[in-house]
Amino acid sequence: MGKLVKYRLNGREVEAEEGRLVIDAAKDAGVEIAHYCYHPALGNPGNCRLCVVEVAGAPKPMPSCRLPVKEGLDVRTDTDAVKRAQAGVLELHLVNHPLDCPVCDQSGECGLQDYYMKVGRYPSRAREDKEHKGKRIEAGPHVMLDQERCILCTRCTRFVDQVTKTHELGIFSRGHQERVEVAPGMTLDNAYSGNVVDICPVGALTDRDFRYKVRVWYLDHADSICPGCSRGCGISVHTSTKRPWHNEGRRVARLKPRWSEVNGHWMCDDGRYGFANLDTDRLGKVLRLRPERVELSWVDMAEELAGRLDGVKVVASGMLSNEDWAAFKALFVDTLTVQDLYFSAEPDQIGAEDDLLRKKEKVPNLKGAEALGLKSGSFDRLAEDLEAGKVRCLYVIERDLAKVWGEARARALLTQVPLLVFQGPNKGALGDLAHYRLPATAYVEEEGCFTNFEGNRRPYRKALEPIGCARPDWEIFKLLQEARS
Amino acid sequence: MTKILTKHFDEPKLHELETYRRLGGYQGLEKALSMSRKDVTEEVKKSNLRGLGGAGFPTGGKWETVPPEEKSPGPRYVVVNCDESEPGCFKDRVLVARAPHQVIEGALIVAHAIDAHDAFIFVRGEYQNQYDILEDAIREAESAGYLKRCGMKLMRGAGAYISGLDTALLETMEGKKAWPRQPPPFPTVVGLMGRPTAVNNVETVSMLPHIMVNGGDWFAKIGAPKSGGTVVFSISGHVEKPGVYEFPMGVKLREVLAAAGGVKGGRKLKCVIPGGASMPPLVEKDLDVALDFDGVRAAGTFLGAGGMIVLDETADAVAVAHNIERFLAHESCGQCTPCREGSAWTERILGRLLDGKGTPDDLPNIQRVGENITGKVICALGDTVGVITRAYLAKFPEDFKKRAANG
Ligand SMILES: Cc1cc2nc3c(=O)[nH]c(=O)nc-3n(C[C@H](O)[C@H](O)[C@H](O)COP(=O)(O)O)c2cc1C
Ligand code: SF4
Ligand code: SF4
Repeated sequence: MGKLVKYRLNGREVEAEEGRLVIDAAKDAGVEIAHYCYHPALGNPGNCRLCVVEVAGAPKPMPSCRLPVKEGLDVRTDTDAVKRAQAGVLELHLVNHPLDCPVCDQSGECGLQDYYMKVGRYPSRAREDKEHKGKRIEAGPHVMLDQERCILCTRCTRFVDQVTKTHELGIFSRGHQERVEVAPGMTLDNAYSGNVVDICPVGALTDRDFRYKVRVWYLDHADSICPGCSRGCGISVHTSTKRPWHNEGRRVARLKPRWSEVNGHWMCDDGRYGFANLDTDRLGKVLRLRPERVELSWVDMAEELAGRLDGVKVVASGMLSNEDWAAFKALFVDTLTVQDLYFSAEPDQIGAEDDLLRKKEKVPNLKGAEALGLKSGSFDRLAEDLEAGKVRCLYVIERDLAKVWGEARARALLTQVPLLVFQGPNKGALGDLAHYRLPATAYVEEEGCFTNFEGNRRPYRKALEPIGCARPDWEIFKLLQEARS
Repeated sequence: MTKILTKHFDEPKLHELETYRRLGGYQGLEKALSMSRKDVTEEVKKSNLRGLGGAGFPTGGKWETVPPEEKSPGPRYVVVNCDESEPGCFKDRVLVARAPHQVIEGALIVAHAIDAHDAFIFVRGEYQNQYDILEDAIREAESAGYLKRCGMKLMRGAGAYISGLDTALLETMEGKKAWPRQPPPFPTVVGLMGRPTAVNNVETVSMLPHIMVNGGDWFAKIGAPKSGGTVVFSISGHVEKPGVYEFPMGVKLREVLAAAGGVKGGRKLKCVIPGGASMPPLVEKDLDVALDFDGVRAAGTFLGAGGMIVLDETADAVAVAHNIERFLAHESCGQCTPCREGSAWTERILGRLLDGKGTPDDLPNIQRVGENITGKVICALGDTVGVITRAYLAKFPEDFKKRAANG
């Protein structure tokens, strides 16, 4: 932190770090300055000209994104001159804008709408024909581009130039014909492409996955943590439950990155789009499936099952929260003295890593197990034991073994097990093989905490009610443990 | 009449090294090299030489802002700006074609002053002929041993007016889109490839050999109080004898017009654009304005790069403004919203007025749009977009009212 200096903001004396941009310093002091092109992670080209402020002694309003705080600076964001300048610039932003809000997905979270209401509200004086550009360009697998709605703030091009360094987007042509385009021969398919949708302040870049599913004002938001890998990026889960017939009946509408020290402003596409299993293939009933299918209460299940778990081998995964791991340890290690735990990331949970965010373990919380001193055995050994008929009872938690061993092999191995318990949010490919099938909540339906690869605690909140009678894993472990004592 | 740059333009082979040298060429460089860097800069400051690329910035003062080697170790560069794309300007084209060695010599003097070892001449893409001439001249200078201390390379523009603006020019040279940078830092501190760079106009650097040989005081005395030496006007439009004319700074507009043969066909003068299409016009009552940077500024416009366009009474101010705004809208780099959108909007409103579809609210509207552009953009092109129409509207309201009433 640099030297603290005093400056004046709307007549009030405020302290800020010397050299901090006024746009940021004002935000720290609770004054939001309208802007489009500035982004704290992408620099301040100063092209949108919206963030102007009045500075005592300066002949004209100055862009606050290029104005460093210094001792004695006297800044006003609330004068008539500032308002006039902002309204005038906004009018120019909108003069060629198609104004297709009724069919635009950005509607409700659009910088043009918001600032028009805040600093615009002028009568329209545009009589001329508007500039026509491309309306429906598939920029990449996740992103749709509408050049007419673009205000050419260059945030997206700066993102692909500076952050991913993949350069798929560029500004082509010049003047009023200028447009954002995908570079010839490329598609916007880098591992972080979805972020351009978040940083686009208008409806020019929209999410192909989310488009036309639900209006944003029907969404609820909850702070969460992406479970897609051991980075543990901060995310916001956007859910649609007010009108269940929207969003094709699914509750989770989209995931958005949420700023945190761990991930900055971004998240990867794998994490962003990997939420389909939150609304499909879900378990909601406590079932004994063999010898015949019977629906049980949690208490009955626990009474029945608790006594049969001696000698159990346990498969789990880094999807468990710290709370789950603690109850897991209490039940399996401390009470049942199980030695054979299998939860390491195998090829089913190993994937691409890069130096931006993605980590190779595609589960969030192996560290949580490590912190409790839990050690994973080898899945190969487990397979051998299963093959040799040495496993009398296998308890599988939040893990699809079809992805570890391949479906045919896994099926063959598991069919021989006399007592097979499955616990988790999803049925998975082998769900029909279980003797007991216990529905657990998905991370969006509980609160909890992961520990990321660096050892940072990553708490997440509850976004949705559980499905059916699903319970968090730790509650299920506790039930079983209580039933044994 | 004192001439400095065009003095020997009657010499048919002035573009060749031999002729140039015979007439005193490269003595300025020799003199400069015998002086300390600081003394060269001091001499130029004394001369009151101001940038003739348009901005009129004192040349010596500009070099002084190049940080000394101790503060910024590493290369520094000289860029000669020969992008000349301002409508109405064609003097650099003539200066280069006729006296390429004058430009090279001048560039080498700049290089000595700021301790640069690489100089570039950035030539407007359409100036193929000038490029070829410079190429030959550089080859000659090289074989004569002038480029041992400082090398010289040519680069070509790709047809964008905005590339003439120093910071956009540097972006272009780096292979990027010609989007002006937003100073500070200025190019003399962070220029080409992030290194201190002096960008100077062709005409500006051409003056340097003469200042070196004859001294700063001599040069200052020729010109006006704060604009030393001469200025080369490109005169076009409704005059009898369009062409390139050199005058001492501070010459009266009336004299310049007379030298160019007066208004064509003896018609009445409507206005004179003094510095290139981006500068607001002077009118009949301004005929005694002193044409130097400060004199023209006092009359509410700019000397610019001396691209003088004369318009007679048959010209329609709406058509003139439309023509210029169309150019600016076409050339706007598109970076800043007010310039990008405002230039096209202004052009369209003016186009509609010309088509006889104007309405009375168009006039307050173009006035207001102009106000919303000027001062709210990154570079002077955008400022101009907002100024031009308002300037013609202020000077020739009748032309506009007639059009606005048509609709
Ligand atoms: C839009 C615009 C276009 C310009 N074009 C040119 C040009 O073509 N040639 C030139 O020498 N200067 C041009 N300039 C001025 C340059 O930015 C710069 O001030 C000049 O090259 C500096 O040289 P000087 O100090 O010798 O005048 C232009 C400026 C603007 C704003
Ligand atoms: S597409 Fe969006 S982010 Fe990209 S330049 Fe246009 S408005 Fe800005
Ligand atoms: S004012 Fe116009 S030409 Fe200059 S940087 Fe902005 S958009 Fe480009």
